[in-house]
Amino acid sequence: MSIKSLDELKKIREEYKSKVSLRQAGEDTADKIEILIGMATCGISSGARETLNAFVEEIDKQGLNNVKVIPVGCIGYCHSEPTVQVYTPGQKPVLYGNVVKSKVPEIVEKHLKGGTVVGNLVLAIDYERA
Amino acid sequence: MSEARSNILVCTGTGCLANDSEKVIKNLKLILKARGYENEVNVINTGCFGFCEQGTIVKIEPDNIFYVRVGPKDAKDIVDEHIVKGRRVERLLYRDPNQNETVEKQENMPFYKKQLRIALRNCGLINPEDIYEYIAFGGYEALGKVLTAMTRDQVIEEVKKSGLRGRGGGGFPTGLKWEITKRQESEVKFIICNADEGDPGAFMDRSILEGDPHCVLEAMAIGGYAIGADKGIIYIRAEYPQAISRLNTALKQARELGLLGKNIFGTDFSFDINIKYGAGAFVCGEETALINSCEGKRGEPNYKPPYPAEEGYWGHPTCVNNVETFANITQIIMRGAEWFSSIGTEKSKGTKVFALAGKINNVGLVEVPMGVTFREIIYDIGGGIQGGRKFKAVQTGGPSGGVITEKDLDTPIDYDNLLSIGSMMGSGGMIVMDETNNMVKIAKFYLEFSMDESCGRCTPCRIGTKRLYETLNKITSGKGTMADLDALKQLAYMIKDGSLCGLGQTAPNPVISTMKHFWNEYLAFIKDVDNPRGEGKYMAKNKIGIKS
Repeated sequence: MSIKSLDELKKIREEYKSKVSLRQAGEDTADKIEILIGMATCGISSGARETLNAFVEEIDKQGLNNVKVIPVGCIGYCHSEPTVQVYTPGQKPVLYGNVVKSKVPEIVEKHLKGGTVVGNLVLAIDYERA
Repeated sequence: MSEARSNILVCTGTGCLANDSEKVIKNLKLILKARGYENEVNVINTGCFGFCEQGTIVKIEPDNIFYVRVGPKDAKDIVDEHIVKGRRVERLLYRDPNQNETVEKQENMPFYKKQLRIALRNCGLINPEDIYEYIAFGGYEALGKVLTAMTRDQVIEEVKKSGLRGRGGGGFPTGLKWEITKRQESEVKFIICNADEGDPGAFMDRSILEGDPHCVLEAMAIGGYAIGADKGIIYIRAEYPQAISRLNTALKQARELGLLGKNIFGTDFSFDINIKYGAGAFVCGEETALINSCEGKRGEPNYKPPYPAEEGYWGHPTCVNNVETFANITQIIMRGAEWFSSIGTEKSKGTKVFALAGKINNVGLVEVPMGVTFREIIYDIGGGIQGGRKFKAVQTGGPSGGVITEKDLDTPIDYDNLLSIGSMMGSGGMIVMDETNNMVKIAKFYLEFSMDESCGRCTPCRIGTKRLYETLNKITSGKGTMADLDALKQLAYMIKDGSLCGLGQTAPNPVISTMKHFWNEYLAFIKDVDNPRGEGKYMAKNKIGIKS
């Protein structure tokens, strides 16, 4: 295959962008939404790994490039696993509980794209992170 | 599963390869597969992160967690703890020796905080053996832009306006060099990339070629278009097998995509690049010697003028630029001369890559804006002197440069300031010495290197450096007299004035500068210092350094 114009190059660039989208290049460090998924033993056994992969897939499908999905350890709410925390820069973190795979599209659609918290999934626990 | 959820970046620069990074990669892949995660997590080989002191470097994205000193046995913990359970592997995190705290993220590490990466922007970020990753980060767009939307004069004007100067050491304005070569009337012209990096302790160019080979190829094509050359040559030393192999891979991929070869981007511009291997002679970094060596002749310099821009490779106009110079070009084209010239000092624009080595905590590769001070590089980025000892001097410019002492530590680094304090920018080696180093022996070390590397073409350099070395040897063995110090000084200036090329003209610099700053250390070796005979009388009495 041979690239014959700048447009063709840009097309290839778009095609491969998702391959490197996880990586942080240079200056765009801040203002990314972080989704932290509890991946301790209790989380995994309740299906956190499937939840995590569903997030990655859904975010890719929707073309959101300001979201990072990060596995983290146990935060202690084993009764409500899988737990998911959504961190939007400058806002109070939101903690969701019992986020099984099927709940993921709703969170992506309403919270990440629409900016409204999905009330019925929120764990009513007030906490601060240092 | 269409997308991997995580990338594990593993450094495969030469430093980390020596620390078994290949085994780390192999183990990571094996364990990921055993745990059933091979479709969710990709392991990516990258170029040098620069923090060679702490190799092997492993970075996990998107979490942005930076692990250091990872051995093959640590792969299990990284997968089982971090990937499977989302827990940081505490013991592999970087520990700031001054704060005694662990640091998770790259941007919070003091080593990276003050750096600004332009030439090294893709090193440690992309897989150097995958052209698509380079393209995904905007690669080859500058070439496309230049070929389809800019005239040759516009390209040269842009590079001139940016204020970019040669990063090989001389600091000649790159745009001007291109303009001079373009002005020559000739059917055939050449553009050469000088990758004959020979300063002891310097490895900037190697890391760029290993970590981001395409950025050099792309810039060479841009330069070729600007000056009117359809052939490029990369002159690289054969001691860089890793860089050579990645360059060859990159060349192959670029040709396959038609980004090198005939009618690039559908225009009438054709360009291709050959690699020539140097046999490891330091003098071949000098451009006329380099061209001689490319032609298959002995690597000896010619008298200038004629400059290579007028009469170079096989008598055709030839433009020779350094690897790091090329590495800046695509960014100047894409982000504009104004952006580039907003970085740096009045006469030195942009950034400079330095290879930090010697008695410093954070040995590695750093890129800083021109105008930062030595103190910032050594104490903030470099983490200070090993073992908490006292700083004595720092040598820049390799065997051609001089020492910089405590009193000049706050000098902003740029081409002109370095010359005014008796050293030079050089290609970017920065060797730090502490109170335990003897400066006379340091001078002797550098001189031994220059003596070995003298090509023998001109007498002052061939015989002069040998005699200088012998005299230094006599002094350090305790047999020297004051008269020897006089002779040393006189001979040093004679070599400087009489030599044909840069090697000889700068070879005595370490001697001259250590005599100036550390005269007492020379005197300490001299047996008749309190009772001088002959010419030495004057100097011992006055105990002054050099009067030139």
